[in-house]
Amino acid sequence: MTVFGELSWSAIPFDQPIPLVASAIVALTIFGVLIWVVVKGWMPYLWREWITSVDHKRIGVMYCLLAMVMLLRGFIDAIMMRAQQAIAFRSDGYLPPEHYDQIFSAHGTLMIFFVAMPFVAGLMNFVVPLQLGARDVAFPTLNSVGFWLTASGALLVNLSLVVGEFARTGWLVYPPLSELTYSPGVGVDYYLWAIEIGGVGSLLSGINLVTTILKIHAPGMTYSRMPMFCWTALASNLLIVAAFPVLTATLAMLLLDRYLGFHFFTNEAGGNMMMFVNLVWAWGHPEVYILVLPAFGVYSEVVSTFSRKPLFGYRSMVAATMAICVLSFTVWLHHFFTMGAGADVNAIFGIASMIIAVPTGVKIFNWLFTMYGGRIVFTPPMLWSIGFMVTFAIGGMTGVLLAVPPADFLLHNSLFLVAHFHNVLIGGMLFGAFAGYTYWFPKAFGFRLHDGLGKAAFWCWLIGFYVAFVPLYVVGLMGMTRRMQHYDVPEWRPWLLIAAGGAVIILAGIILQAVQLAVSIRHREALRDTTGDPWDGRSLEWSIPSPPPAFNFAMPPRVHGPDAWWDMKRRGRPYETPAYADIEMPRNSPTGFICAFFASAMGFALIWHIWWLVALAAVGAYATFVVFAWRDRDEDVIPAAEVARIDRTRGEARAS
Amino acid sequence: MFVRPKNSAPSSGPRPVIARLANVMPLLALTACQPSVLDPKGPIALAEKTILIDSVAIMLAIVVPTIAATLGFAWWFRASNTRAKFLPDWEYSGRIELMVWSVPLLVIILLGGVAWIGSHELDPAEPLTSNTPPLEVQAVSLDWKWLFIYPDQHIASVNQLEIPAGVPVHFSLTSGSVMSAFFIPQLGSMIYTMNHMATRLNLLADEPGTLLGLSSQYSGAGFSGMRFDVRVVPADQFAAWIAAARNTGATLDAASYINLTKQSSDVAPFTFRAADPTLFQQIVSQALPPGPGPAP
Repeated sequence: MTVFGELSWSAIPFDQPIPLVASAIVALTIFGVLIWVVVKGWMPYLWREWITSVDHKRIGVMYCLLAMVMLLRGFIDAIMMRAQQAIAFRSDGYLPPEHYDQIFSAHGTLMIFFVAMPFVAGLMNFVVPLQLGARDVAFPTLNSVGFWLTASGALLVNLSLVVGEFARTGWLVYPPLSELTYSPGVGVDYYLWAIEIGGVGSLLSGINLVTTILKIHAPGMTYSRMPMFCWTALASNLLIVAAFPVLTATLAMLLLDRYLGFHFFTNEAGGNMMMFVNLVWAWGHPEVYILVLPAFGVYSEVVSTFSRKPLFGYRSMVAATMAICVLSFTVWLHHFFTMGAGADVNAIFGIASMIIAVPTGVKIFNWLFTMYGGRIVFTPPMLWSIGFMVTFAIGGMTGVLLAVPPADFLLHNSLFLVAHFHNVLIGGMLFGAFAGYTYWFPKAFGFRLHDGLGKAAFWCWLIGFYVAFVPLYVVGLMGMTRRMQHYDVPEWRPWLLIAAGGAVIILAGIILQAVQLAVSIRHREALRDTTGDPWDGRSLEWSIPSPPPAFNFAMPPRVHGPDAWWDMKRRGRPYETPAYADIEMPRNSPTGFICAFFASAMGFALIWHIWWLVALAAVGAYATFVVFAWRDRDEDVIPAAEVARIDRTRGEARAS
Repeated sequence: MFVRPKNSAPSSGPRPVIARLANVMPLLALTACQPSVLDPKGPIALAEKTILIDSVAIMLAIVVPTIAATLGFAWWFRASNTRAKFLPDWEYSGRIELMVWSVPLLVIILLGGVAWIGSHELDPAEPLTSNTPPLEVQAVSLDWKWLFIYPDQHIASVNQLEIPAGVPVHFSLTSGSVMSAFFIPQLGSMIYTMNHMATRLNLLADEPGTLLGLSSQYSGAGFSGMRFDVRVVPADQFAAWIAAARNTGATLDAASYINLTKQSSDVAPFTFRAADPTLFQQIVSQALPPGPGPAP
């Protein structure tokens, strides 16, 4: 054994130009950005104000940024897959199986764990405390640790592109394929350690948000007055707290199999892969709702704001949200009706899955009746929401269809299934994330995103989605199964060509979003919002300036009913001059960043069996924790005069 | 390979839109015809397709009006429409609340019934009622090919499934390596194969023809090549095929099975002249070990 464990020059894929060139470009870009930041002298600012920040707003923004960067990476995988299947009719295409298999595994892993998760976590972190009228979250430093651990996981997945390989097992690493016998390389280890580290990050973030929602609100902000987004965030984070430990434990068992020769899921020695499949979906199904519930919350806020009406059937919506939260734990078996469990088991889980469609249907109807009698303004967030309602109705229908076991016997693992879950994840979760991004962007940065480009991006995404995924529904019905590297049924091919065209339209949407961001930053003075309330909003985040000061609220707002800010505006005294007092805020801390640095090093060392580095990194992470625990000062005081100064300058800007 | 026109029967009367969509492609097929699940060739697939279509129809009754209402409300209540009424405080209606909960619930009660009855009637393990005794076939998924053992005929084949038309087939399935799934789209009911376990499946093909069979569970690099032709033939041809198979190829015993478990992909079909009838049980009980995975 050498100093670098099993790591050697052969781990670098010199013989595969695509990943090598791609990663070289990425590495050069990162390096270039770093040099630029250092030369411009921005490093101290970045370190002080962002990297070590424990401010939930900054962490929220960083989560969203991580998600968007990873979305680009995941989308490159997607378009490569569509291109491969468009070409690989009776031929090997341009990607050999060992490469293609890594790409679809990485695509799923990235999109779920490092796009969808950070995107909703970012929106919840940024918005929830503001909506609750809170100055801060319950565990700010823990929150920062959570974010940086998620970033570590993303780093490891991307590192696998250059050093070694990624899993070739699909995004849920079903054993025994993922066991050492059938996957001897480091690919599965990259997956496992990335998800273990990122999963702990998600859990910490979940604990922080549950505690914040339950314990920290402005006076008068009772549960029945919380904005719907806070309710859906509560449900989503309760699910994180309950479900992520299951994933962590399940993957830990697989790690024991791979590293220490255990037999939890192997073929031999009494291992049982069905146990893995059950456990992983016991996390996996709640995960679907972890992602989509916050999106439902965004739609609730957006539809109500832009219809100029309160949300219809608030209590119904709360009940529906909590019903989904509980029911989501009772349906996991519908992911494997074809395992042969027997008619009673299949039928019961099929019906349980359908029951979830009831509260989901209620939500759709309630948004519908929120629009009824409104004065609807078609801003980009509202367009995303309407696009969602139409698209999600179709995705929900195909989902319920797959919950009927005999229909699933025909469609399981087919491209019909792939089309279904992209229908609900893109049309449900991702549209919601984009709606939230455009809706709260002015709150975070003080200027709006360009409207026209936002609308153009929406139409490209919407049309691109249908062009890309309706053909997949069709080929699924034509018997095409997922993850095929090549095929020889001529009838499938035209549809796969159309689907590739759809991916190109979505690419146009992504480019338009990038252009929208660049143009908006360049023309930020023209797009500046000085009021803090650009949309004529209803909840408390719109009562404070944009971007909000570190302490959010100079004085805790008093809440008298639902739609607290709307209520204040209507009473005609929206901007009260408070009696200023000193405010204590948590000090920024590099704990999260340093912990994640050591976690990344440890993950990398474990993947390559560099045992001395494992020990060193473990000691480093523990030492970081000890230093943090023994800190003398954990809060800074912002004096009342300073609070008054910040608040007044903002107030004047708003008045003018 | 030969080219032949598919579906020569004149199509008459309106067909479901989705079925037409799936069949709109060129009507030529090579070796296997288009494996659409909407073009069933046996009673199981037909019943499953019927449930599929019925469920979609039931749901469309609620989904189409919902989509129409979404677009309609969004358009009618646009801010610039001065004729639309404005109800800035309207946020509750008991009647509508009752409706929004009960309509989806009723749909789900109906569909739940479909699911319950369908699950029981189409349980893959349930034997088919028929006057003819079923043909026994034991299917083993390997890296990356399918082994079919005919225990009563004492022969075996790789990547080729020959079955008589109109005779129920009882499959016992297992895996000689990782998890896979056995699927003949036009006969219905895919099912997993797992090492150390046996799953059961009952299928029937109505008429002679060549169908596509495949693995519908990703199992590694050679997975895409785990396809096999399902040749449905008249009973006399089946007997002739058995007789021919008995005269060619090697013998399938423990040694040749172990050799077969080594990884290989896109394997051309072949047959074994004789097969150990206890082989399947030995694979399930792991008396014969699961495949070795990639060569070191």
